[in-house]
Amino acid sequence: MTLLEIQDLNVGVDSREIIRGLDLMVNAGEVHAIMGPNGSGKSTLSHVIAGKSGYEVTGGHILFRGEDLLEMEPNERAAKGVFLAFQYPVEIPGVTTMNFLRTALNALRKARGRGELSTPEFLKKVREVAGSLNITRDMLKRGVNVGFSGGEKKRNEVLQMALFEPSLCILDEIDSGLDIDALRIVASGINGLRSPERAMIVITHYQRLLHYIVPDYVHVMSKGRVVKSGGKELALELEACGYAQFETAA
Amino acid sequence: MKQVLAKADAGCATSNFLAAALERLPGAGLVPHIRARAFEAYARAGLPHRRMEAWRYTDLRALIGEVLPLAPRPDAAALARAKASARRVAVDQAVKLVLVDGIFAPELSDLGELKNELHVQSLREVLENSATGAMAGLVLSTTDDAVIALNAAMASDGLVISIAEGNTIRRPIQIVQVATGSSVSAFTRSYLQLDKGAHATVVQSFISAEGASGYQANDVLIALAGDEASLSHLRIAADAADAVNISSGIIAVGTRAKLDLFSMTCSGSINRYQGFVTLGGEGSKLSANGVNLVKDKLHADTTIVVDHAVPHCTSRQKFRAVVDDCGRSVFQGRIVVRPVAQKTVASLSTRALLLSDQAAADNKPELEISADDVTCSHGATSGALDNNLVFYLRARGLSEKDAQMLLIKAFIGESIEEIFADNLRDFVTAQAEHWLQERL
Repeated sequence: MTLLEIQDLNVGVDSREIIRGLDLMVNAGEVHAIMGPNGSGKSTLSHVIAGKSGYEVTGGHILFRGEDLLEMEPNERAAKGVFLAFQYPVEIPGVTTMNFLRTALNALRKARGRGELSTPEFLKKVREVAGSLNITRDMLKRGVNVGFSGGEKKRNEVLQMALFEPSLCILDEIDSGLDIDALRIVASGINGLRSPERAMIVITHYQRLLHYIVPDYVHVMSKGRVVKSGGKELALELEACGYAQFETAA
Repeated sequence: MKQVLAKADAGCATSNFLAAALERLPGAGLVPHIRARAFEAYARAGLPHRRMEAWRYTDLRALIGEVLPLAPRPDAAALARAKASARRVAVDQAVKLVLVDGIFAPELSDLGELKNELHVQSLREVLENSATGAMAGLVLSTTDDAVIALNAAMASDGLVISIAEGNTIRRPIQIVQVATGSSVSAFTRSYLQLDKGAHATVVQSFISAEGASGYQANDVLIALAGDEASLSHLRIAADAADAVNISSGIIAVGTRAKLDLFSMTCSGSINRYQGFVTLGGEGSKLSANGVNLVKDKLHADTTIVVDHAVPHCTSRQKFRAVVDDCGRSVFQGRIVVRPVAQKTVASLSTRALLLSDQAAADNKPELEISADDVTCSHGATSGALDNNLVFYLRARGLSEKDAQMLLIKAFIGESIEEIFADNLRDFVTAQAEHWLQERL
């Protein structure tokens, strides 16, 4: 089943074109990697799918399960099952991670027509997932991402991804700022969430991440569009030859 | 020089204002003379204005113009309205003392309770029943502040509370000050004395009865926390939308004593809380915090002056303001460290969150440090909600309103969490959440 369908997308920021005629189709169960040099529009694409303001969509469509995603508020997109793991997760002092998780989970459940979880159910669920990601109880008591290391912030993103049960996960440079051990934990958390109903878009600079999260498809982005698509072997080719060949192609 | 004078009504001069009120004000012997002197001090200065540094952002001459005539003594109907309103702000388990239109209302108060631990009299009772002028000092004006002088001249009632050495009052004492009238003023003056080692929590709630509007409240609380005493004082101003409230606290803190101060203003038209705290005993500690929740055209001013008069004292202050619509929040924090006050530790943080383009916040930290071996710090910021934080929360399923609410609650929570007692922290949080719900 087609989850996400992007047709001829054009996006600008301050009248500067960032995405120029991008097409992408993602089916349930698939993992797509999007690779590309800095400034190719990868993060912009993830922000536009999630609904961040400040971007002007000047053309094209984004359909999610056939519905126009661009017409929805960011929280409606989240309720429909879109999840963006942020490249730079924000710090929210004064809101404990536990309180945040609970508020968000209950908002999502309500929007999806399900009842709130009881406190014991919620705690059980959080502790199970947190344990597998090496997230301590102390971290859960602290303000959201406050004083977290780069790796802890990314693990917290994966924790949310597991709790909120999205159907489309967009991982925006989930590997940035991670050492090799942290990368393994994060990747194994993500791999555990792969399922026939769920799709993932993995945005990265480096082929390294794709050793751990093996994609079904690899797309190369350059200057705001997909310039080449292929299987996982395309990533290896990029590792060997670099992006330069595609910059001219775009 | 032109002076803005207090007027009872159009064309009526200043001196008549006191004369007209005097027969209704308590106290014989020396008291009327002291009142007259205080009134002269007020009349010489007139209402404070922006050319006075302490009133720079709150120009009372421009903002209120004139002092309204004294409220009439509340009748049975007024008391019934006051009772209904007082019930709505009651702190759980508190010993309630109610002042209506500036007059103590024993019939609405829990006077009989805790009479062994707590000595409570009304100011009126003390001034009228003292054999000589011994109690006349209660209306002595202790500063050159004109609004405090005016209060000394016009105080119609208040509470005189004392807690004997070593006594711990576990239940909070809640002084509820209710306005029932319109276009009138009430002057209240209360005294609070904690003897050595005594512990107490005093909550002051300013509210209006339904239908009350355009009134002015001028309150002074003079408190002494004796050596090793511990006083928590919360002041919550939730006045009618077009009301004026000027409250002053003058508090002295003794050796190794502790004062926790919290002030929240969440409604009214013009509101000023000015607290003057003297850390006068070595090893004393002050924690002063507060929140201004400002919307519509409210002008809310919190001004705290801390006088580190002796060595080894600590003061910590944390203020947060949330300002919406055309509101204006003022925070002035002045810390004075005297030459002898070595080893002082003082910190001050004030932050304002502006929710609209017309909202304004003035933050003025002032440190006057005359000792060299001290640790003092201050920080002041103001700004809008961070859109990146709002987006993060929205991407996790929260509506825009809920995302803002969570962030604003966290912001003011930084100050509210300093309130020591759980039940009072919950009480203040609930009031703040009510304000947020109404706003968003």
